[in-house]
Amino acid sequence: MSTILTVNHLTKKFGHLTAVKDLSFTIEKGNVYGILGPNGSGKSTTLGIVLNVVNKTNGEFAWFGGDTSTHEALKKVGAIIERPNFYPYMTALQNLKLVCKIKDVSEDKIEEKLDLVGLLDRKNSKFRTFSLGMKQRLAIASALLNDPEILILDEPTNGLDPQGIHQIREIIKTIAAKGTTILLASHLLDEVEKVCTHVVILRKGEKLYSGRVDSLQASFGFFELKSDDLEKLTSYLNSNEHFGNIKQENGLVTAILTSELNAQTLNKLLFDQGIIVSHLVKRKESLEEQFLALTKNVNA
Amino acid sequence: MIRLLQIEFIKLWNNRASKVLIISYFTLLTSIALVAAIKFDIGPIKFHLADQGIFNFPYIWHFNTFITAFFKLFLAIVIVSMMSNEYSNKTIKQNLIDGLSKKEFILSKFLTVVTFSLVSTIFVFIVSLILGLIYSDFNELSIIFTDLEFLLAFFVKLTGFFSFCLFLGVLVKRSAFALGFLILWQVLEGIFRGIIRWKFFDSETTDTIMGFFPLQAMFNLIKEPFSRLGAVQSVANQMGEKLALDYYIHWYEIVIVVVWIAIFIYGSYAILKKRDL
Repeated sequence: MSTILTVNHLTKKFGHLTAVKDLSFTIEKGNVYGILGPNGSGKSTTLGIVLNVVNKTNGEFAWFGGDTSTHEALKKVGAIIERPNFYPYMTALQNLKLVCKIKDVSEDKIEEKLDLVGLLDRKNSKFRTFSLGMKQRLAIASALLNDPEILILDEPTNGLDPQGIHQIREIIKTIAAKGTTILLASHLLDEVEKVCTHVVILRKGEKLYSGRVDSLQASFGFFELKSDDLEKLTSYLNSNEHFGNIKQENGLVTAILTSELNAQTLNKLLFDQGIIVSHLVKRKESLEEQFLALTKNVNA
Repeated sequence: MIRLLQIEFIKLWNNRASKVLIISYFTLLTSIALVAAIKFDIGPIKFHLADQGIFNFPYIWHFNTFITAFFKLFLAIVIVSMMSNEYSNKTIKQNLIDGLSKKEFILSKFLTVVTFSLVSTIFVFIVSLILGLIYSDFNELSIIFTDLEFLLAFFVKLTGFFSFCLFLGVLVKRSAFALGFLILWQVLEGIFRGIIRWKFFDSETTDTIMGFFPLQAMFNLIKEPFSRLGAVQSVANQMGEKLALDYYIHWYEIVIVVVWIAIFIYGSYAILKKRDL
């Protein structure tokens, strides 16, 4: 597996404020990465640095093993940062032709990419007449013109209506399915959870976690249970070695697993004990819960 | 290099305002030929400007480069706005992300500036040559191609002025403010001249010092051509005055402007490099 981007002890200071603090991570080919973090956690700054628009204070980064200069490497990258930036007085087609010139690639793919994002019939409209969703889709088309090794998206669904968000997600999924490496920065956790295999979590410029999404959710999950005989249920659960913490809230019992146990087995065990449950669900913590737990731990 | 020029060409030519200004600029350059048509024919007074010797070789090189240099303001607007638009549309950021280096970005703007100056120079050369061939009293080849250094000075002058505009565009990021700053700078040079003339030096030293300031240096390249005109000279002779002005272009004047060009372009690059976009 080849390395696309290596970031080593990267630091960026804006005056007194440290936006990125000693950040290191690696992007491997073929994975879909998410950079997660609340607003102002340094996601965009980090991307800005590796994309040559923000100057780093300390540390280093290398594209494709560091053999090429950053701007040459960026020709093999497709990136969208925050808002789509194009020349408002030029049409979609003219704007994309310009990008082809900058990236030094042929113009053959323009129509294909416009079709992919569903803008082919608007190719001769001026950029300024586009809605935000269309602008964002044009930006994705532009980022794909060179069939990039990696696609970097910074908050791609920010400010879009539900339909726009859905369209962008569908496009991202289509691209990911083709095996393109993707780096997605977002504060929307379900977005990252749905498409990413790997995740880097930032908070106030510091890395809290970096690795696979599933190993972040390393726990065995938990059961949510309801029964008419709550007392009997909780006392049984407390005596069972599979469970750790047992919580009871509004008649709903939450039992955290400490070892593997599937729902059928538990149901049978409870039935054998004469406990009839009216509600039994096995769940894993969502990324959101994990994320909140992780960021809260650091707060404390 | 061709790629960088093509990039800039796409940006400029698809912008209606820039296109209109560029076309009007070159139309104005051509329109200097219309001066030839100035003709008064009121009874006994016959006046035809073309007969006054302004289109004589080699004087025409001096006259036309001096006059047409005033039209450069049109292109100054184009250049300032081509720079500041990149900031206001944030396309400079996108250009860099797409794989243009900061050096290439400045280089593409500078190449555009040089191209504008070069095309203007060629334009002025052709228009003057045609006008001269029609109206000049002297048509010997050796006379025609005397004083061609005025064209070189014209080229350097335009490149210098446009580089200054480019630098202001990068520095100020807003076209209106950048143009305002340009005017302010002109005024500042004037005030500075007044102060040092008044407090410190005699007129000659003041001129020498002012010759190092960018706008004055550019102006010095091509001196006013009117006092050189035969009619003016003869009037002066009658008044008992002798007009002994130094019209010629000195190598050090060119050098000063070239140094300013280098400072402006490198300065633009240094600012861009240091800035977080």
